[in-house]
Amino acid sequence: MARQTLFTPAYALRTLGAWGVALLLFFPLGWLLLTAFKTELQAIAIPPELFFTPTLDNFHEVQERSDYLLYAKNSVITSVVSTLLGLMIAAPAAYSMAFIKGKYTKDILMWMLSTKMMPAVGALVPIYVLAQKSQLLDTQLALIIVFTLSNLPIMVWMLYSHFKDIPHEILEAARMDGATLWQEVRMVLLPLAMGGLASTGLLCLVLSWNEAFWSLNLTAANGGTLAKLSAASLMAIAPIVIFGWFSQKQLVQGLTFGAVK
Amino acid sequence: MRHIGRLRTCKEISPMNRLLPRLLLTPAVATLFLWMIVPLVMTIYFSVIRFNLMQPDQTGFVGLENFEYFITDPSFSTAVLNTVILLGSVIAITVVLGVAIALLTNEPFAGRGLVRVLLISPFFVMPTVNALLWKNMMMNPLYGVLAQVWMFFGATPVDWLTDFPLLSVIIMVSWQWLPFATLIFMTALQSMNREQLEASRMDGANYGQQLRYLYIPHLGRSVAVVVMIELIFLLSVFAEIYTTTGGGPGDASTNVAFLIFKQALLNFDAGVASAGALFAVLLANIAAVFMIRMVGKNLDK
Repeated sequence: MARQTLFTPAYALRTLGAWGVALLLFFPLGWLLLTAFKTELQAIAIPPELFFTPTLDNFHEVQERSDYLLYAKNSVITSVVSTLLGLMIAAPAAYSMAFIKGKYTKDILMWMLSTKMMPAVGALVPIYVLAQKSQLLDTQLALIIVFTLSNLPIMVWMLYSHFKDIPHEILEAARMDGATLWQEVRMVLLPLAMGGLASTGLLCLVLSWNEAFWSLNLTAANGGTLAKLSAASLMAIAPIVIFGWFSQKQLVQGLTFGAVK
Repeated sequence: MRHIGRLRTCKEISPMNRLLPRLLLTPAVATLFLWMIVPLVMTIYFSVIRFNLMQPDQTGFVGLENFEYFITDPSFSTAVLNTVILLGSVIAITVVLGVAIALLTNEPFAGRGLVRVLLISPFFVMPTVNALLWKNMMMNPLYGVLAQVWMFFGATPVDWLTDFPLLSVIIMVSWQWLPFATLIFMTALQSMNREQLEASRMDGANYGQQLRYLYIPHLGRSVAVVVMIELIFLLSVFAEIYTTTGGGPGDASTNVAFLIFKQALLNFDAGVASAGALFAVLLANIAAVFMIRMVGKNLDK
């Protein structure tokens, strides 16, 4: 379907408009990126310096001061473990709701989602007291449990909407051919649900990573150390932003709970 | 050969098939139930006793005193109002701008893939970094980028966080959620019926008419999805306020979540904080009922 007139005024206007909006929205992040490679003096210069010799000092200092790599490693461990654990609990539930629909399926789904609406600060005092009593305060296990549970409703929802799109007839056919439940799940359902499982896992990784990185004490830095603050911020967000770029399609698909195709 | 549908009804009566779904559901339902009920019961208990972390010697049952204290606190009505304003504004901004940007980028143009990547980036920035970025680099009244722009045009720089605290928070949160809304609308537009659009153009419909009768009705469902998800996440906006304005000046940017935090960690009054948390649960439930009414039906289609 070739267009006869590609470079119309409307096309030019559209291109300019879209790029303008995209650059405007990206600007704060671009600025953060620039500032992270400046010296402290350059960072607060008026008017701002756009051309300068980039320095890596800020990154070295952040690494030395707060051991970034250790934080990053811990965050990766907590995010990955809580995501896998969540998938193991959520997938059977979603399977049963999607394929063996009961009278209360819809209500259970809505109830699960509503538990997510309670503000985290609301449960702050009890969770703190519980963690303290069970000697789990400040441990990775506590974080893993909290992330798993707080992401569980979203996981069930996302998996449910992915499973729902898989035609029942395929599973029925497998069952008719004498497949056991385990064979049915492993050989028929799993290959078909791989995309759904992946996008659910991806989203929960992002959510957990963003929570886990609270522990890197960013807030301590003030205006006087703008460049170091930028470097620390950049190190905190870079892994997930880059990760997000590569998986944006699956992520968005997942987040809409399959409601938008 | 028996009909498949018939076979299923036969299978559903067998006891094994009635047991299986429950077995599969149990782990998720049980853990979520515990996750909800244990803190809830503890919160209810804390809310009717005297429980100040700084005065451990003072204990005892106080009835509804904590609730009275939380609700008659002059900050309370402000916090509720701010929560509603924040929710409403961010949802309105992200939906309107999101639709506009999605329509703008719907037709092919040079570098569309890259524009998509740039547009979605803010969504992956964690709230703390988002807040620090806007506070120190954009909104700082001395060397912030916005101040520089204001000075360039000869205007006096605005001290955003002091003079317009709630607006500042709204801007930050909207910046974070706009990419999400945009991407969902972009995805929805991709699935539109091309032939229908072509036909309407042949019949002489202009862009405004196409917008009104084709594009906007098609987006209804995705608007519902965006509103639902943002409602869930925005009721508990906290990091942005904590990091930038600290709820101030005064209570100008305090929402319910932040007010509870203030009672718990700044006044060390876990009893009052628990009463406030119960109120937040009530608020969440009202929002949930509203959500199920408005959105649940739309999702069923």
